[in-house]
Amino acid sequence: MKTNDVILQTTAKVVFFIIFLFSIHIFFAGHYAPGGGFVGGLLTTGAIVLLLLAFDLRTIQQILPFNFTIMTAFGLLLALGTAAGSIFFNVPFFTHAFSDFDLPLFGHTSLHTAMLFDSGVYLVVVGSAITIIQSIGGDD
Amino acid sequence: MDLIADIIIVLLVTVGIIFTIVTVIGILRLPDVYTRAHAASKSATLGVMSLLLGVFLHFWWNEGHFSVALLLGIVFLFITSPIGGHLMTRAAYMSGVEPTKLTVGDDLKEAVKEQRKESDKNTPYDE
Repeated sequence: MKTNDVILQTTAKVVFFIIFLFSIHIFFAGHYAPGGGFVGGLLTTGAIVLLLLAFDLRTIQQILPFNFTIMTAFGLLLALGTAAGSIFFNVPFFTHAFSDFDLPLFGHTSLHTAMLFDSGVYLVVVGSAITIIQSIGGDD
Repeated sequence: MDLIADIIIVLLVTVGIIFTIVTVIGILRLPDVYTRAHAASKSATLGVMSLLLGVFLHFWWNEGHFSVALLLGIVFLFITSPIGGHLMTRAAYMSGVEPTKLTVGDDLKEAVKEQRKESDKNTPYDE
């Protein structure tokens, strides 16, 4: 029997954005507060899983047309590239660097290459978790 | 001024804890899954929201830290907790959990029966 999911779907649409914004906040706050790439990635995965629960798999694949396997590979490449980039500046492998910049919208900001490594972790976590869930749930 | 702030904070936290205890008593004493969900989803939501508001005001007035995450948590709980109760009771009803003997009327039973018949007619070989 087909049931009416209007309450769940409407709530999922609203709540998805709250969880997604909070995951972005957790990801960017990782250097100074609890959080980071792993927790942020898992929260983003949780938001997408909420959409998967409220709608069906094909709808979500249309809304988010990413290949999550390639996303995992890209994250690994980004992390490895950040770690390996230090070799070209004649410092040991995995040496990070940071500097202060005056960005147009953000003002005085300090940027750190650990952020790039964290982005890699984030992409790997989101990509692998969504790949696991989609391949388990996609068996018709 | 500090005294008034502290009184408000203590009142909010106390109300939150009392509502949470009321929730537990309701879950233990009420007869069936629907009345228990009624106790759990309403009373616990208000209790935890009140507690979070007390914590938020404490950190804002006494520590000078405006925590947006706590406000977001209050909004989030207010949206999601009743939806959780709704989904659990509906899943219980659809899987045939009987309501308590004290129930006087059940309009949903007729509607579900009618819809089941309709969907059986449309897809005769399904299930």
